Amino acid sequence: MTIAEIQADIIEEFSMFDDWEERYQYMIDLGKTLPLIDEKYKTDDHIIKGCQSKVWLNAEMNDEKVVFTADSDAIITKGIIAILIRAFSNQHPKAIIESNTGFIDEIGLKEHLSPTRANGLVSMIKQIKMYALAYQTQIN
Amino acid sequence: MSHMALNVDQIREDFPILSRKVNGKPLIYFDNAATSQTPQSVINTIVDYYSNYNSNIHRGVHALSQEATDLYEASRQKLQEHFNAKRAYEIIFTSGTTHGINLIASGFASILTSEDEVLVSALEHHSNIVPWQMLCERTGSQLKVIPMNEEGELVISAYHELLSERTKLVFVNHISNALGTINPIKDMIAAAHNFGAAVLVDGAQACPHLKPDMQDLDVDFYVCGAHKMCGPTGIGILYGKEEWLQKLPPYQGGGEMIDQVTFEKTTYAGLPHKFEAGTPNIAGGIAFGAAVDYMNAIGFETIASYEHELLSYATEKLLEIEGLKIYGTSDSKTSVISFNIEGIHPYDIGTILDKMGIAVRTGHHCAQPIMDFYQIPGTVRASFAFYNTKSEIDALVEGVRKAKMMLS
Repeated sequence: MTIAEIQADIIEEFSMFDDWEERYQYMIDLGKTLPLIDEKYKTDDHIIKGCQSKVWLNAEMNDEKVVFTADSDAIITKGIIAILIRAFSNQHPKAIIESNTGFIDEIGLKEHLSPTRANGLVSMIKQIKMYALAYQTQIN
Repeated sequence: MSHMALNVDQIREDFPILSRKVNGKPLIYFDNAATSQTPQSVINTIVDYYSNYNSNIHRGVHALSQEATDLYEASRQKLQEHFNAKRAYEIIFTSGTTHGINLIASGFASILTSEDEVLVSALEHHSNIVPWQMLCERTGSQLKVIPMNEEGELVISAYHELLSERTKLVFVNHISNALGTINPIKDMIAAAHNFGAAVLVDGAQACPHLKPDMQDLDVDFYVCGAHKMCGPTGIGILYGKEEWLQKLPPYQGGGEMIDQVTFEKTTYAGLPHKFEAGTPNIAGGIAFGAAVDYMNAIGFETIASYEHELLSYATEKLLEIEGLKIYGTSDSKTSVISFNIEGIHPYDIGTILDKMGIAVRTGHHCAQPIMDFYQIPGTVRASFAFYNTKSEIDALVEGVRKAKMMLS
């Protein structure tokens, strides 16, 4: 599936929720269930420090696709990470570079990507793009 | 009881923002320790200034400039009375608490030597740690920390041990921003003076709740900001004893702070202008006076007694929630509750509360050393003001219960 297709799926899934509580409960459940990163990567090399919550991010290249794993100490942040990873991981670097995060607005989670939240997610998305750019350069 | 009971319904009418909605719910504002809300009378003062008096002060011969100067200086006098400073020129207008602290730190750079020591309390806000670290790096003096205990109080016996002839400066907050602990500053000041050390008190968290008396405290420097006491942002004061203010060099160069300027030598203006370079926040200075008037009309004893009632009520109700722990349990504290729920990140609780229209602060509250002491990433902090109500606290408790249910 392309990034755009996955994002369309996510938007459709979220459209079934009636209110913020269902939406947040879903994210919290995502945050609880998914093993997102190998413990060995939860080091300072992989940390993205937010003022509010911490995010760890690791990237690897597998068959010309970038595989992201990540984690956070806050569960709602982790839920959003799960959504971001679903959208961007296992994709060709070029596709990641050309993609956008507008779908986060559409599923009603825009406030989490605001820099004032200082939860590490804005930096995480930047980092995802940086990795994609670096791997794309390698391919070229 | 010497004070009147507080009519909270009537007071809430004074604050237009309290009737707005957030996320479709009535706003419940419990982030008062970060910034307080502004009553209509203070807003009116700002509008009135820009509508009728806007001009530059202290330098125009025209009527507007004269009137604006009168208003600004009348506000300084009001603040002198409020803080019971001996002289109006001991009140220096600043852009806020942090500015005042940096002004003093910069002034002491020319006084301190590598033989000297600076004491700073473990309960400090970052803004009260970083300038002193910078100062000590510059002068070679030693920075020493007055430790805290599990209740979030300063260990006063340790403070006495740290004090010596080498101590030149002591920096302590009147009330801790992260925990709400009220520090025994009067005794601490007297103890420092026994060794000839000066004391700077950060009153940012105290001034919204009590009326500090500069002469009674015998404090050397005291700083606070208007925006935590119903005034606008970008304005605050530094109180300094005259003899100290005379001794310290100016902080910034510019207009207003000079007496005579030639290319060979500039002589500085007298107090307070020596420390007030450039065009100040005139509207802010005038509105700060209006804010103090507003709070005094209600009365600080009335405010303190009502806020204490809110604190006791909230503490009791929150502690009924299983797994909830309050940080900062001193008997002597203001209406701030810093808490966590076992196994849940404070950011998650704050996020859920926000969805319910409840504004709290989450994180380390710019006081990482305190969080390190408790070995936690941060806390949820609910801070109450005199315009908050018990029913809002009920909503907070319900919100925390809901967050706990969703998150565990």
